[in-house]
Amino acid sequence: MDKSGKNNIQSEGLKAPVVRISAFQWIKTNLFNGVFNSILTILTLIFLYKVVPPFVKWAFIDSLWFSTAQACRDGDGACWSVVSSNIRFIMFGFYPHELHWRPLLAMIIMVCLLVYTKNRNHWKKSLVYIWAAGLVIMGFLMKGGLFGLANVESDQWGGLPLTIMLSVFGMVAAYPLGIILALGRRSKMPTVRTVCIIYIELIRGVPLISLLFMSAVLFPLFLPEGITINKIIRAQAAIIMFTAAYIAEVVRGGLQAITRGQYEAAESLGLNYVQKMRLIILPQALKIVIPPTVGILISAFKDTSLVVIIALYEILKTTRTTLSDPAWMGFSPEAYIFVALIYFVCCYSMSNYSRRLERELHS
Amino acid sequence: MQKSDIANSGDYEQKNQFLNDPKIRSILYQILTILMIGLLGYYLFSNTVQNLRRQSIATGFDFFDKEASFEIGESLISYSAADSYGKALFVGVLNTLKVAFIGIILTVILGTFLGIARLSSNWLISRLAAVYIEVTQDIPVLLQLFFWYSFFYDVLPSPREALEPVTGVFISNRGLVFAVPEPHPAYKYVAAAFIIGCAAAWLLRRWAKKRQERTGQIFPVFISSTAIIIGLPFLTWLFSGAPHKMSIPELSGFNFQGGINVSPEFGALLLGLIIYTASFVAEIVRAGIQAISRGQTEAAMSVGLRRGQILNLVILPQALRVIIPPLTSQMLNLTKNSSLAVAIGFPDFVSVASTTINQTGQAIEGVTLIMVVYLCFSLLTSMFMNWYNKKMALVER
Repeated sequence: MDKSGKNNIQSEGLKAPVVRISAFQWIKTNLFNGVFNSILTILTLIFLYKVVPPFVKWAFIDSLWFSTAQACRDGDGACWSVVSSNIRFIMFGFYPHELHWRPLLAMIIMVCLLVYTKNRNHWKKSLVYIWAAGLVIMGFLMKGGLFGLANVESDQWGGLPLTIMLSVFGMVAAYPLGIILALGRRSKMPTVRTVCIIYIELIRGVPLISLLFMSAVLFPLFLPEGITINKIIRAQAAIIMFTAAYIAEVVRGGLQAITRGQYEAAESLGLNYVQKMRLIILPQALKIVIPPTVGILISAFKDTSLVVIIALYEILKTTRTTLSDPAWMGFSPEAYIFVALIYFVCCYSMSNYSRRLERELHS
Repeated sequence: MQKSDIANSGDYEQKNQFLNDPKIRSILYQILTILMIGLLGYYLFSNTVQNLRRQSIATGFDFFDKEASFEIGESLISYSAADSYGKALFVGVLNTLKVAFIGIILTVILGTFLGIARLSSNWLISRLAAVYIEVTQDIPVLLQLFFWYSFFYDVLPSPREALEPVTGVFISNRGLVFAVPEPHPAYKYVAAAFIIGCAAAWLLRRWAKKRQERTGQIFPVFISSTAIIIGLPFLTWLFSGAPHKMSIPELSGFNFQGGINVSPEFGALLLGLIIYTASFVAEIVRAGIQAISRGQTEAAMSVGLRRGQILNLVILPQALRVIIPPLTSQMLNLTKNSSLAVAIGFPDFVSVASTTINQTGQAIEGVTLIMVVYLCFSLLTSMFMNWYNKKMALVER
């Protein structure tokens, strides 16, 4: 409060004089300052003129939104019908048709949670409980089996809810593991440190796809006879292992930014290791690394698309399944653009938020 | 002194002190860690051995010498289905390196271009670059690969109606075909001359630097070394008969003959990886340029350096120190992301290894191989990084 007031006064004192410029002047200074820039502007305008109007014509004017596949083949424009006719399969996969309200509700809960978390005034201890409750309710909505909700086996889960759950649950489960790994890497005990370094560097050195292969073909071999674990859980485990290594590196960065004085002060108060970390060091370190953590969430969200390769029906796989239907074959650009739009909206809002947060926390 | 006092004061304290001694505690914790990891490892290992025996899966790397009996679509060395698994895997490694090598070069070029465009004083250019960076960063690379792959197959016409944007270049749903000079012994000499030219330019640079340090005289290194690097191969070409016959692709049957063919798989993989990674490189380049304060340029000007010298001697060495470390990690990312080739059917290492796993059933060896190969790439990169950081580290008093 105090700080922002001070900043206001400062920024008022430093405010530049207001200069009114005409549109013509603006164009001259921003687009045609110098010969080189003028040529560049003209070339770009020609390029845009060649590209944008045909695209708009294809995507909006000649396009069909709710038609049959045959009508699409006769037309020239984009066939958004491939999305609108199959929207429920693309969004929810093989989830029982009449129960689609459940994953939908789960996604709405998730969005509400994210919107609630956005506000920094809500960053209290209760937020942790709200998230825990939210995640449990989401899992329950997806799985069912209690209170009269029909049971839906997890191999029927699919589409966007699966993408979101893999990334969010992965992130939530990977975070504590990442913190432990980061602390281990900075430990004074050589064995603990070595183990953590080997784990982190090993995981960061290999592509996620090799871990997913591992989850698909090796995990079953690791388990005793008779015990099988669902494919989704195995993929989730691989994503958690992968994300934890990256979180560990981010958290280590935060730990390194805490000055020695903080450690010494905590020790001089007589706190033991756990108390020192829990009460003094981690709260400060984790606050520093919030923006890069959002970055990891974004890449985890994007990386879950890789589970396509081990044939889990997340949103990319359901889209591809739709496209392999002979009726809709050949309309892949439209379908992929739709999925890309979903990813873009999610990632862009997250990265925008992280940038804003960085500015706010920095000042 | 005080310690021994306490230690003597009673049995209880002695025991207590034994457990509270940081050294002993740390040893205890470490033994505990090793024990836990050992137990977990033993548990997994014994399960695995049992499972392998039950499913009668062979172990070991004996399959390396066995006949692979699967074809590989494209290969840098001659390969047929009769060759061994070992050779097939090697072909895969070479394909991965090919994608990584070409991809990295093109990504750095496109990324640098975009990074500079982002900082352009031209509003239109900088906005366009910003949109490009934002959009391509936020779409998963796998989706981009699928998109470009489908672009090749669903959007581009068949070879009969192939697009010809430039004479000798044909784009169709069979990939990209372009004309190349027909093989001639002269090109071998040209390549040799090019290598000699590069070596000569490097020696010249060293000599010029030494001479400048000794006498203060400046030698026009850039112009002369460019002349050597371009001129020497050109002269070789001229003197060895100036062969200029081109192998021009021609339509025969359903596909093109002649020229060099870039398959849709390779094209889509390269396009997706470059477009995705270039946006990250652009951000790195932008940050690197912005990290150099304007004062540096002004100071260099006031010392009397020319524009080229300012860039070469003042700006670049400082900007590169900021740019290179994240840039190498992006290059490594590109190499790791090239493993997504398996999804669109380009035979990179992961794709060959997964075929091997399917055929031999030896999943443990296969996945281990994948991990080891990529770890080698990362280790080589980080070794380079350490060497570079040492070389470039600020010399402080």
